[in-house]
Amino acid sequence: MRPRLRRVPLHIIVFILPAAAIYTAFMIYPLFDSLRLSLHGNPEGGGVVFVGLQNYARLVADSLYAPRFWGAVRHNLIFFAIHMLVQNPVGLLLAALLSARRLPGLAVYRTLLFAPTVLSFVIVGFIWQLILSPLWGIAGGLLRAAGLGAHFRPWLGLEGSALVTLSLISVWQFVGIPLMLFHAALIGIPDDLLEAARVDGATGWRAFWGIEFPLILPVVGLVAILTYVGNFNAFDLIYTAQGALAGPNFSTDILGTFFYRTFFGFQLQLGNPFMGATVAGVMFLLILAGVLPYLFVWQRRIEVHEL
Amino acid sequence: MAKVRSSFLLATLCFVLAGFIVPVQQLSAQGPVSVTIESWRNDDLPVWQDTIIPAFTKRYPNIKVVFGPTAPTEYNAALNAKFSGGTAGDLITCRPFDLSLGLFKQGFLAPVNDLPGMSNFGPVAKSAWITDDGKTVFCVPMASVIHGFIYNADIFKQLGLTPPKTESEFFQVLDKIKQDGRYAPLALGTADQWEAATMGFQNIGPNYWKGEQGRLALITGRAKFTDPDYVAVWRTLAKWRPYLASGFEAQKYPDSQNLFTLGKAAIYPAGSWEVALFNRQAQFKMGAFPPPLPAGASTCYISDHTDIAMGMNAKTRHPEEAKKFLGWMTTSEFASLYSNALPGFFSLSNQKVTLQDPLAQTFLNWRSTCKSTIRNSYQILSRGEPNLENELWRVSAGVISGKLTPEEAAAQVQTGLAKWFKPPTK
Repeated sequence: MRPRLRRVPLHIIVFILPAAAIYTAFMIYPLFDSLRLSLHGNPEGGGVVFVGLQNYARLVADSLYAPRFWGAVRHNLIFFAIHMLVQNPVGLLLAALLSARRLPGLAVYRTLLFAPTVLSFVIVGFIWQLILSPLWGIAGGLLRAAGLGAHFRPWLGLEGSALVTLSLISVWQFVGIPLMLFHAALIGIPDDLLEAARVDGATGWRAFWGIEFPLILPVVGLVAILTYVGNFNAFDLIYTAQGALAGPNFSTDILGTFFYRTFFGFQLQLGNPFMGATVAGVMFLLILAGVLPYLFVWQRRIEVHEL
Repeated sequence: MAKVRSSFLLATLCFVLAGFIVPVQQLSAQGPVSVTIESWRNDDLPVWQDTIIPAFTKRYPNIKVVFGPTAPTEYNAALNAKFSGGTAGDLITCRPFDLSLGLFKQGFLAPVNDLPGMSNFGPVAKSAWITDDGKTVFCVPMASVIHGFIYNADIFKQLGLTPPKTESEFFQVLDKIKQDGRYAPLALGTADQWEAATMGFQNIGPNYWKGEQGRLALITGRAKFTDPDYVAVWRTLAKWRPYLASGFEAQKYPDSQNLFTLGKAAIYPAGSWEVALFNRQAQFKMGAFPPPLPAGASTCYISDHTDIAMGMNAKTRHPEEAKKFLGWMTTSEFASLYSNALPGFFSLSNQKVTLQDPLAQTFLNWRSTCKSTIRNSYQILSRGEPNLENELWRVSAGVISGKLTPEEAAAQVQTGLAKWFKPPTK
């Protein structure tokens, strides 16, 4: 006798259905429709036809698209690297400081550090443009007051420094996210573990790397993957601060702005929905390539200590 | 896509239904005929309602004109939907070049060649609303914007300067302002990139490539951006760098405007659309001079860029009345009303118009002393990728900030253009 398939209880289906239906209609269907669109084209004079992977080939090889595309990928990697090297370590450091016991004014620090995260991109972009403005900004004045006036540059307007400056602005805005996640994980560690370490003679430094860090390792992975997804989806800050042309000379052009220009067009340039969908397809694949190893390797291998 | 299609269907259905209702109302009311204007200029609603339309109804009391604007960003899409639903207004405000040309090719706009007043418009005025073969005009030109330089007359008086006529005088003036040290000589930034191209390249360029002659030469393939006449423009722009405010690389368009209206900069490379705003904001006297003549040139050329026009819905139910309105738009009465109500937007008519605003009048005077042309990246050359206009923004900003040499800029623009644009072979 073959085992009967276990029936999913009806009430579970009923509960899942509304969310599943909305998610399918507004996320899954558009995603696949966009991927379908990227496999089509509109050759001269003809209607919409299936072109296979031609659009993807054009994107990575055609001299019209390839320089912009590879430039955007490179800038996205730099953007991501700066977040990983600055935002997350700083977030961890601040979280460790905040979880030190008996810190006076803890709630005030926590709120202040998290505040920029809830601000709109538009406000953050605008404020930092004003702070750094060579005409009206306070950055130049502050540096001059400190005797470093000679080091002031219009950072947002120079090809060499614009992308790094914007990355750091983004770090300033979002450092609150890793901070909160690390902080929550750190205060979840039972005191008796740390007390036991202290009894065994571990210093604060050693206790952190020997006890606390291994215990929050799952959160480290989560923060990394959130940063990755957020960075490869980034668009708003660059668009607000530098416009859709991501100047100067495309030096701050990331996949988000490249997609925007390609899909919607810009000024006299008409939009191309097929190539736009192709750029979106590549963004999807890149994010997928980052998330899958996380889901199937990191999350399965990592030891989650039951506390 | 399916969602978009079904919402279009719904919208079309509504429009079709509306189309059934409107004529019934009109039949039952035996009053004057009503003509509707489609426009994206919702900012101009008071001007039309209080000034322009009353002047027209005084002459034609039997025609009631309704100005029905849409938001600028929605105008193109809304107009297309209305045309396909058959409910577009009788008079259509025309965007320049390909957008209106597309509407004409689909049969939505009627030709206006046979309007009696069309002889009041020159070829440059009509160039934005004409078929590629130059035979059929489909919109009545309304207004253009003119490029030049606006200067702070108080600073000029204080430093004993006079508006420069030639390029060498221009740079002498800039030198004197720089030596004085209190003001930035030129208010221009490269952060937004378009300032460099529009207020820089397209502003002074016509003097180098001889206006229409050089612009048409690019379209017919007789000239390239790498020719000396075009490279020289970028060479001059590169010389502007020392006279810009420090940190101009991060200076945006509003920064430049504020720098000038706050009296911190002496000269503003301008478009005439700034006139109304500057009049409101600046606390000092202003004057304007046309792009200074390069060495050896004797004729001056100005960028007199065609921006807005009015056409007629080919399927309007009131063609006679719509034509009367368009005919009135070719008269000097309309030209003077419009130009005075919106200083900085100049009627494209050849007839003499007197403006009350002295600064706007200065710009307008150049039409009689200089030859007019339009921006060279708009007609025909705006169609392919990489987009010529966007490329000009990028390289002009690069040249001014010193990241590109004039020769590199020219080569990059020409290579991009040659990728898709094949001039007609003879």
